[in-house]
Amino acid sequence: MKTSELNSQNNYMLRKLIVVALIMFAFGYALVPLYKKICEVTGVYDLIKPDEIVNTQVDESRTVVMEFDANTRSDIGWQLAPVDIRMDVHPGELVHATFRLTNPTTSSFDAQAIPSYGPQHAAQYVKKLECFCFTQQTINAGETREFSVVFVIDPSLPSDVGTVTLSYTMFEIEGTKTLGNQAVTDEFYEAKS
Amino acid sequence: MEAVHDHSHDHHVPTGIMRYVTTTNHKDIGSLYLWFSFMMFLVGGVMALVIRAELFQPGLQVVQPEFFNQMTTLHGLVMVFGAIMPAFVGFANWQIPMMIGAPDMAFPRMNNWSFWLLPPAGMLLLGSLLAPGGAGGVGWTMYAPLTIQQGMGMDMMIFAIHILGMSSIMGSINIITTILNMRAPGMTMMKMPLFVWTWLITAYLLVASMPVLAGAVTMTLTDRHFGTHFFNAAGGGDPVLYQHIFWFFGHPEVYIIAIPAFGVISEVIPTFSRKPLFGYPSMVYATGSIAILSFLVWAHHMYTVGMPVEAQLYYMFATMLIAIPTGVKVFNWVATMWKGSMSFETPMLFAQGFLFLFTIGGFTGLVLAVTPIDIQLHDTYYVVAHFHYVMVAGALFAAFAGVYYWLPKWIGKMYDEKLGKIHFWLSLTFFNITFFVQHFLGLAGMPRRIPDYALQFADWNMVSSIGAFGFGLSQVFFLYILLKAIRSGEKAPEKPWDGATTLEWTHLPTPAPYHSFETPPDLRN
Repeated sequence: MKTSELNSQNNYMLRKLIVVALIMFAFGYALVPLYKKICEVTGVYDLIKPDEIVNTQVDESRTVVMEFDANTRSDIGWQLAPVDIRMDVHPGELVHATFRLTNPTTSSFDAQAIPSYGPQHAAQYVKKLECFCFTQQTINAGETREFSVVFVIDPSLPSDVGTVTLSYTMFEIEGTKTLGNQAVTDEFYEAKS
Repeated sequence: MEAVHDHSHDHHVPTGIMRYVTTTNHKDIGSLYLWFSFMMFLVGGVMALVIRAELFQPGLQVVQPEFFNQMTTLHGLVMVFGAIMPAFVGFANWQIPMMIGAPDMAFPRMNNWSFWLLPPAGMLLLGSLLAPGGAGGVGWTMYAPLTIQQGMGMDMMIFAIHILGMSSIMGSINIITTILNMRAPGMTMMKMPLFVWTWLITAYLLVASMPVLAGAVTMTLTDRHFGTHFFNAAGGGDPVLYQHIFWFFGHPEVYIIAIPAFGVISEVIPTFSRKPLFGYPSMVYATGSIAILSFLVWAHHMYTVGMPVEAQLYYMFATMLIAIPTGVKVFNWVATMWKGSMSFETPMLFAQGFLFLFTIGGFTGLVLAVTPIDIQLHDTYYVVAHFHYVMVAGALFAAFAGVYYWLPKWIGKMYDEKLGKIHFWLSLTFFNITFFVQHFLGLAGMPRRIPDYALQFADWNMVSSIGAFGFGLSQVFFLYILLKAIRSGEKAPEKPWDGATTLEWTHLPTPAPYHSFETPPDLRN
């Protein structure tokens, strides 16, 4: 094989392989929307839709301890806390729980609560009919609000689960921050102290 | 490893350091890769010893937890990207042109660049220790969202990964083009030495997976500084997504490290068994199957993230499937030795060490593939023991086998056989003292990457630390053996291994001339 012929063959191969590398770089980024889509299709992201209740039979013979927990991302300075830390509920019973959110900062935000469960697999047995986590909430500077969640524990909850923890984390929606009235905030702190 | 200059050439050849800075010769570049990787191996080894010194006793004695985390992170990155990968690229540079009858690599200038990207990357990686806040203490996997919370050392690490990735991709393009376009007449694909085959497959893995890692660290970088939210849950991102992207690269990476090692072993075992490799075509197909499967099993590294059980089942069974082609390879190596006329010089000893210990590492891998067991053992020392069995006793022992095997060809001098054997037995013993006991620690529940531990883990940790220091010293001894061979080794015979059949032994003098196969050998019959 002549040198020039080999060189052009080599260069052709070089171009092809560079294209492969670039495609794989793009593929890394393509995984981002692909992953979102897969999570949507498989229902992993179904956190913010009401559940459908099929069986409303209350199982009086069994008591499950519901524990509530809440937190916010530490850097945004709000306080989210459950009004009742624990409740004894019967599977099938309609339960109302209340969470109190305080925004002591000088700015208002839109925020989204994301639930999580302990033990993890209890998630599928906590059927929420109504929840503040289904929508984004706007919290003004210095405001305190109460939010409620209404749910039913599915009676098919495995018998070895005696305690279910429902925990909410409040996230700020990026780009919705607006500076509030300093006077309102001062008033809030005075009222508090 | 000096390549001997016995050809007089009309063009000017720079001498001294400029020879190596400007070199486009595959042998020079191969030596540079090998020396660079050996230096990084010693640096990464010192980091491992800092870790083991801290873990010698429970409580905090030697370093602060932040520094401990930086050590575990850098030890992993330095060993994977700075030591093992460049070492095998060094072997590829030296051996592939000689084994296929080509005069040099396809793109000699790009080859020079591929190597010279490594020292700046290494400096960035190690220099990150001096940055305010130190290096990233995030583990070599660099999981989000912890990476968001690190100092500028993290950015230096990210850039180092970018540069190392570019170097690997260019090196791989060079290797693929050389193998596909520059074989001697008559060297058909299915006649290539298995080392060449394994590198062809590895190079494809690199071209396909390194860009994905580059994407993952670029996303981390833009998350840190440019307001994107790929992995930041507060902005609608998902930290678990990072793990998927990382392991989509990370699992093929495991085989990028292992497959060239398979190649070296597949040359050494037939030579010292004086028999052709058993089941050559099945070896090629097995390697190819492992490479393809490696792209389909990544989530077995993340069973604990809360995947649906269907996904866990798929990843479990797909992972176990890899045991079949790997089993074919181990079977073929054993069958090659069966009724062979075996002798146990140092390269063969390391190949045997590889075979035993890599197989143990493979079995513990199979244990970890089982989802419920992995959920129990996730992030424990059992995992640490497992991957050191495949990466140290696997890849590193294969690299030692390769160095002892090809050293006479490279420098024209023999290493001291007695010292080589001592190096093997020391390495084997101390390796097992260090890592075998870590299986017990892991099964008992000791978590990895933590500078302190509960008292019940104290005894085995002490044993492991003693083993680690012994292993480290054995590698300094290896440096002595190398220097002794280079400075005062006995002159190597033309063909020191009578069972060797590949072109570099049969068609080239020892030591290999600076320019070899300028006219390709004709291998048609």
